[in-house]
Amino acid sequence: MKALCWHGKKDVRVEQVAEPQMLSRRDAIVRVTSTAICGSDLHLYNGLIPTMEKGDVLGHEFMGEVVEVGPDVGNLKVGDRVVVPFPIACGACGACKAELFSLCENSNPNAAIAEKMWGHSPAGLFGYSHMLGGYAGGQAEYVRVPFADVGPLKIPAGLADEQVLFLSDIFPTGYMGAEMCNIRRGDVVAVWGAGPVGQFAIASAKMLGAERIIAIDRFSYRLEMARTHAGATDVIHYETEDVASTLKELTGGRGPDACIDAVGMEAHGHGVGYAYDRVKQAMMLQTDRPTALREAIMSCRNGGVVSVVGVYGGVIDKFPMGAVVNRGLTIRAGQCHVHRYLRPLLARIEAGDIDPSFVITHRMALDDAPEGYDTFMHKEDACMKVVLKAA
Amino acid sequence: MKQADYLKMGVAMALGATALATRSKSRSVSAVSGFAGAVLLGFTAVEVARASGRRRIAAARTEVARTITIQRSADDLYAFWRDLGNLPRVFTHLESVTALDEVRSRWKSKGPAGTTAEWIAEIIEDVPGASMAWRSMPGSDIEHEGRVQFLPAPGDRGTEVHVRLGWAPPAGSVGVAIAKLLHAEPSQQIGSDLRRLKQILETGGVTRSDASIHRGMHAARPSDDVARIDWRVQ
Repeated sequence: MKALCWHGKKDVRVEQVAEPQMLSRRDAIVRVTSTAICGSDLHLYNGLIPTMEKGDVLGHEFMGEVVEVGPDVGNLKVGDRVVVPFPIACGACGACKAELFSLCENSNPNAAIAEKMWGHSPAGLFGYSHMLGGYAGGQAEYVRVPFADVGPLKIPAGLADEQVLFLSDIFPTGYMGAEMCNIRRGDVVAVWGAGPVGQFAIASAKMLGAERIIAIDRFSYRLEMARTHAGATDVIHYETEDVASTLKELTGGRGPDACIDAVGMEAHGHGVGYAYDRVKQAMMLQTDRPTALREAIMSCRNGGVVSVVGVYGGVIDKFPMGAVVNRGLTIRAGQCHVHRYLRPLLARIEAGDIDPSFVITHRMALDDAPEGYDTFMHKEDACMKVVLKAA
Repeated sequence: MKQADYLKMGVAMALGATALATRSKSRSVSAVSGFAGAVLLGFTAVEVARASGRRRIAAARTEVARTITIQRSADDLYAFWRDLGNLPRVFTHLESVTALDEVRSRWKSKGPAGTTAEWIAEIIEDVPGASMAWRSMPGSDIEHEGRVQFLPAPGDRGTEVHVRLGWAPPAGSVGVAIAKLLHAEPSQQIGSDLRRLKQILETGGVTRSDASIHRGMHAARPSDDVARIDWRVQ
């Protein structure tokens, strides 16, 4: 079959690889119909995530048709159309029982590596390094889905792939980012990063009742989408406006009640601080550039919430802990526990509250995936979201 | 093992101080030469001396203690462990464990270059639903002891499994060869073994990924040579 394989920094190739086979009784094999490139795939593309191997199949946002089911998967049958969550979860461990699915204690066969890096191991993920499991991803014609009795969501007929594909990651991720803000009536929420996750964080903050939502980015087309489609009431172009003072002005000097970091480890910025972070990251003295996170912390109102859904991998520098402690901020974070949002968010889509396909700007064949990575990486052609058609 | 390869590559080092800090904890254990995972057993040296005056404590003794929490009852966990034939599913360096009678069992461990070490062990403590301990009989290739305790975890978190393993190769025996070959990281090896125990008891089988099913490094991609894996048996 064809699959998109990682070969190094800015080097991904569509190659012929073996078709996946059953490896466990709780597996299913899915023929991928639609798959997408995620912003976090760009961290892999840029070589910033350790423990990648040449030839790894990428992709953690995918959906398709079940073509084989293991004997212990009672809830699926061949022919079912499913969306698959990007974290792999067993459904039986302490974390899964607490609905913390991205922290599944059994799905990462390489947990020892993650333990060295982070103290404890989170769940295994599709197509996202060996320290997170060494699982082949879904930017391929077929994919093996472990614990298929727990993860995949059956999609009713009548909904197009593009309406439901993003249930695999970015819609629930953005939603969880907003949910962690504990939004109450009258709240102002600021969102750093108006990429796809930021768009869904904005749309979700609106659904959860935020009164004003401020989008922050450096691309006008992204801010435009945030305003016209996602529901941002205000936008800040950080290359032409000072974020901190503009946020104060927009909030009567208080600062936003909640700040969402939908940027992560490869933040852009300007000035001395940004140059410092670039140098330190290049020298491996810090692995992540926390420009957006620092700004979110400094901007948040006293006693507010900083919600982090952008991906960080390692250690950061100049973390303003004094602001966090002395101003009583709450920091919440996490890889999305996708499984617990699948049904409620599918219901939102069915009810017409949201059509997640609004973020799609590029549709390509799987064969053209390397071009898709390049376009997305350079934000060319007003690129917001690339969907690949595998079939 | 794939993850062992990575760890030797010093991947953790790339992320600097935090990783180093966590590593240092296991140094004191793994600095002692030897490989407990190959043979699995334990008691502290003091306990060994107390339990058996005949036993010589070799300089190359290895001691490992690891703990894991499993969402099963202590009775379930005890029953699984007491059926000694289950242990090779958990401890990868065991080839087989065969009960000879209620107390004695024959253990076979994989050694270097296809060799095996073999010994008879006796159960010296057996408290159903609570704990079990065993040790090798005199004259074995390898001196070893092991103890496992099943303690209720607070709240509804299941059961804490506390395992202590100790091992010492008499000089000149095959045990020394095994120790040299499989030297280092016994704590990590037992950690991986206990995770396998948790996977089996919580999910019904050992978790497998496209990369983890291969010995040594392998890309995370499907491959044709998985035919040797009988996926129906976990």
